[in-house]
Amino acid sequence: MEKMARVTTALGSNAVSGRTMFCHLDAPSNAISVCRDAAQVVVAGRNIFKIYAIEEDQFVEKLNLRVGRKPSLNFSCADVMWHQMDENLLATAATNGAVVTWNLGKPCRNKQDQLFTEHKRTVNKVCFHPTEVYMLLSGSQDGYMKCFDLRKKESVSTFSGQSESVRDVQFSIRDYFTFAASFENGNVQLWDIRRPDRYERMFTAHNGPVFCCDWHPDDRGWLATGGRDKMVKVWDMTTNKAKEIYCVQTIASVARVKWRPERKYHLATCSMMVDHNIYVWDVRRPYIPFATFEEHKDVTTGIVWRHLHDPGFLLSGSKDSTLYQHMFKDATRPVDKANPEGLCFGLFGDLAFAAKESLMSGDSNRKPYGGGDRRYPIFFFKKPDPTEQFANVSSVLNVYETEMENNRMDWFVKTAKLYLLSGKPFAELCDHNAKVAKDLKRPQVSTTWTMLRIMYSDPGNPGVNHGISKVGAIPVMNSFNMKDITVGLGSESRLDRSKGENRPDNIHLDLTNSLMNNNDENEETEGSEGPADYLFGEADLDDDDLYTMEHDNPTEDAEYVLPQEAFPLRHEIVDNPSAPEHLQDKADSPHVSGNEAETVSLTPIESFSLISIAHPQYDSNLSPSFFSPVVHEILQYYAEQGDVQMAVSMLIVLGDRIRKEIDELTQEHLYTSYVDLLQRFELWNVSNEVIKLSTCSAINCLNQASTTLHINCSNCKRPMSNKGWICDRCHQCASICAVCHHVVKGLFVWCQGCSHGGHLEHIMKWLRTKSQCPAGCGHLCEYT
Amino acid sequence: MVCQCKYDAEIGIRIPRPLGQGPSRFIPETKILQVSKVDSKTQVIFEDTFSTLGRLDNISLVMGFHPQYLESFLKTQHYLLQMDGPLPLDHRHYIGIMYRDTLESRHCSYLVNLHVDDFLQVGGNPKWLNGLEGAPQKLQSLGELNKILAHRPWLITKEHIEHLLKAEDHSWSLAELIHAVVLLTHYHSLASFTFGCGINPEIHCEGGHTFRPPSVSNYCVCDLANGNSSLDEMQSNQLVTDTSCEVEALMEKMKQLQECRDEEEASQEEMATRFEREKTESMLVASTEEEESAPTRDVSRHFEDPSYGYKDFSRRGEHVPTFRAQDYTWEDHGYSLVNRLYPDFGQLLDEKFQIAYNLTYNTMAMHRDVDTSMLRRAIWNYIHCMFGIRYDDYDYGEINQLLDRSFKVYIKTMVCSPEKTTKRMYDSFWRQFEHSEKVHVNLLLMEARMQAELLYALRAITRYMT
Repeated sequence: MEKMARVTTALGSNAVSGRTMFCHLDAPSNAISVCRDAAQVVVAGRNIFKIYAIEEDQFVEKLNLRVGRKPSLNFSCADVMWHQMDENLLATAATNGAVVTWNLGKPCRNKQDQLFTEHKRTVNKVCFHPTEVYMLLSGSQDGYMKCFDLRKKESVSTFSGQSESVRDVQFSIRDYFTFAASFENGNVQLWDIRRPDRYERMFTAHNGPVFCCDWHPDDRGWLATGGRDKMVKVWDMTTNKAKEIYCVQTIASVARVKWRPERKYHLATCSMMVDHNIYVWDVRRPYIPFATFEEHKDVTTGIVWRHLHDPGFLLSGSKDSTLYQHMFKDATRPVDKANPEGLCFGLFGDLAFAAKESLMSGDSNRKPYGGGDRRYPIFFFKKPDPTEQFANVSSVLNVYETEMENNRMDWFVKTAKLYLLSGKPFAELCDHNAKVAKDLKRPQVSTTWTMLRIMYSDPGNPGVNHGISKVGAIPVMNSFNMKDITVGLGSESRLDRSKGENRPDNIHLDLTNSLMNNNDENEETEGSEGPADYLFGEADLDDDDLYTMEHDNPTEDAEYVLPQEAFPLRHEIVDNPSAPEHLQDKADSPHVSGNEAETVSLTPIESFSLISIAHPQYDSNLSPSFFSPVVHEILQYYAEQGDVQMAVSMLIVLGDRIRKEIDELTQEHLYTSYVDLLQRFELWNVSNEVIKLSTCSAINCLNQASTTLHINCSNCKRPMSNKGWICDRCHQCASICAVCHHVVKGLFVWCQGCSHGGHLEHIMKWLRTKSQCPAGCGHLCEYT
Repeated sequence: MVCQCKYDAEIGIRIPRPLGQGPSRFIPETKILQVSKVDSKTQVIFEDTFSTLGRLDNISLVMGFHPQYLESFLKTQHYLLQMDGPLPLDHRHYIGIMYRDTLESRHCSYLVNLHVDDFLQVGGNPKWLNGLEGAPQKLQSLGELNKILAHRPWLITKEHIEHLLKAEDHSWSLAELIHAVVLLTHYHSLASFTFGCGINPEIHCEGGHTFRPPSVSNYCVCDLANGNSSLDEMQSNQLVTDTSCEVEALMEKMKQLQECRDEEEASQEEMATRFEREKTESMLVASTEEEESAPTRDVSRHFEDPSYGYKDFSRRGEHVPTFRAQDYTWEDHGYSLVNRLYPDFGQLLDEKFQIAYNLTYNTMAMHRDVDTSMLRRAIWNYIHCMFGIRYDDYDYGEINQLLDRSFKVYIKTMVCSPEKTTKRMYDSFWRQFEHSEKVHVNLLLMEARMQAELLYALRAITRYMT
């Protein structure tokens, strides 16, 4: 920054310089405008109307235009504009409908020059003609635009928008006679100043009010509009029909929009509500702001670029009663903070993962992969755009394919189908489920079921003795030392963890293996820290150069571009994968790897039973609640392993024994994820059973959602879109009870053969005595 | 005439009979649209209402004068009460019951009864009906906002909002709060409308019917239609002769104002004084009419808060701070906030406000092709003026010219203490105007009040957010 300051001061007084700074105003501002020479700024608001000089490192109050004992409403400004030709001339739009001009050259304190009170409602906008000294345009809430000749006392022409309030008027910068007006109803009109009778062209730009519009300073045909619908749109007006060429979606209604000088694709916006920041957008990249100024603490009401040809300085006024000068180089760049990573599952379980190249290439000694690998790289090239100002982020996309055999979810489907969740005594359910698990070669789960049975079933009940495990064979089963159980579980998870430690490396290898680079970051302009500053300074220098030499036309293409340099694509280094295949698979799809724990954890179970046998038998009358913490832990363990199936099944089978121990929200989460999984596997019946058996109200009501039944009118056979019992088209009550001939509003039951029916009760009553249709059609109705 | 009704009484079945004469106490039944005779568009709207609500309430019947508005109104109400929204259904209806809290003589059973039924129907806890104390803490904390909003909305500060949002266990979310605020303002303004048009209770509601068999002394339903209405017509005919020049005078004034607007340009101080004068005067236009009382379902006793009665709200001598309309408008600020927190609803409200504000048939009483925009604007701004909302670009002298005293009394009563509105007030303003036009005025009042309250509440929320 210092360097630049030095450069600019060296170039003479005409250059613009400064730093990010602000000053407190006495009152909220509504609008600001700068003098042609960019040295002064006028701030206008309901209770403020002042001129500040912009100095090197501060704002200095030059003049207070609000004079008189009792300031009239004429001072209450909605908008202000400083003439770009005559530096003594200002115009304001007052909230009471007056248009006032001010002559700073007047010797007395009151600088008010002319007062036009032709508008009946608040004037929203005033605009001087860019080249004509005496021409002023105003747009008002009353729906009229008026053009004033400042040499006359009255308006010279009035333009009726024939619609609602005018929110903004802007003279075209290049086209002498044209101006654009934006309206509260979403329209934008183009007028020829010579033809007040009819607009030249009208189009609907936004949904809801268009708060602002701005002509592109260089490009003749471009008009940017901002509306309450949170959009900024750029229109190409050169064609017959206004064509939307860019659209930027912001997060709040757009109050002001201003093209950034010297940058073809940049514009600054601020919002009217909620959002206090000022954004500078590159319209070609509408999803993320190019730069953000976050200084204001209340909504920004006015923004203006300080100098017509200098993109580095932005002035802004705000409701928080401050006036800011923002330096572009101090702006935050959201792009830098953005996280260009994406992850997505494919239809067949493939996993695609895209990430910033720099993140992936951190590992320099990448391990290549052997032949026949399932992962394949995808290249994507982007044609370098010389005007691109964003630092190009090259991403790497990896696609991981899942190996079908290893990750088959058969066990899940089978388990889901075979598990019994209700309908039998607790012990039997446990045994059944343990057997199912065992058959599917999931001994850990199986053992857990057995343990549950042991913990919770009545110790005196001999019926549970036909256990499958060795543990089950011991007559008194509630005899575990709890410590041992936890130790047992603990050792399992420890083992698992140690395995997990192993895993990251593998993943890493996998990822780096398949690294794909396309190094198209061939140019770098205003992107990251180091080089950007340098470039920036240079750009300024160049601009200043131009000004001092009195060049009037700016360079056509102001964007600075480094000569294109292409990095050669790196060779892919090939190496053999060191990790065993099946571990890779697990790493690839952690979501479906719930089964891995069981396959590996055979040993701990073995030791488990050994421990239990080795211990002496304790008092068998432990209350079931004694086990709750452990069961809770087990449940959590399974949930964390990704085996929600086990967790939910346990929850359901144990029922009240455990329910109170686990908070509602966790239960709900478990249920929803399990139901979701079941539905993905199209196990509708099981999922319904689970929903039915769940005790969470949130889950129970899942079955009550989207129970809409679409029916057609019995008269005209058209769909009854609106209500159940009256047809929109033929205005007839569609569902009439065949027995009582009244309209059925509640449960309507009908025979599928003759489609006659009626109130449930009535039909039931009728059928008790007769078998023919009550409507008299002779059909022998059948109801299930 | 011997009534066959008597037979029913002998059989021993108690048959409810309508108490009132049609949907409104103020408007003779014959003047109200007959459901069977309306045009097809209105018919469709009525059918829709009937099929969604299972009833065609008296409010809709009266609003049926203005089908365009009715459609928007019902759509908004339906969205507000039935569709997706941050608040659970029972809460929504409960807030509808809460509004009653704001009335002095709590005999507006109409809306409350409707909502008590709806509340129970959506599975609301009957215990809550025992009073605000029976309701969850969260709803209780809304009580304060409800009262202020109804009577002195200018007192709402961001502290109120903060209090609601920052309560530890029973805090509201912003979205819920917006929903609640919209509901409250909706009911407050709807109350104005029901009283302003003298809406009769529904037949199925308490106070809406009687079991007393009709007798000679208590005229029979059968002869209600001819006898009573003819009397009414006689009265109105009389009135027409009395004040036949009223409409002309008003139109003349409008014309004058239109023409001489540019001639005399009042100074700024003058404008400010005019606004202040209207504002203070609106405080003083007190209703001298005595109240009627009607028996109702006694929900009220539970809702009473002895420490905070309506008397405290007497606005005599109180200074209402001025709210500059241009600094916080519905179109720019309110809409954005509502739509942000309660998606799509801003749009619906916006449409409703616009329809209400722009509704015109270019008629005044018997005159056609009249530009009524000036009159409508005067009414709208007068109501906002009562809430201290000032438009910089409006000359409040116009109000004085266009709205006569009896009309102001009516407006003031309706907005500030709607339950005191009487038939006399209703009859005494704009005597030759059609009933539909008076209903139109009521719609304006209702929407203007709703917008005013909303603006204050939303401004406080905005201030809280910044």
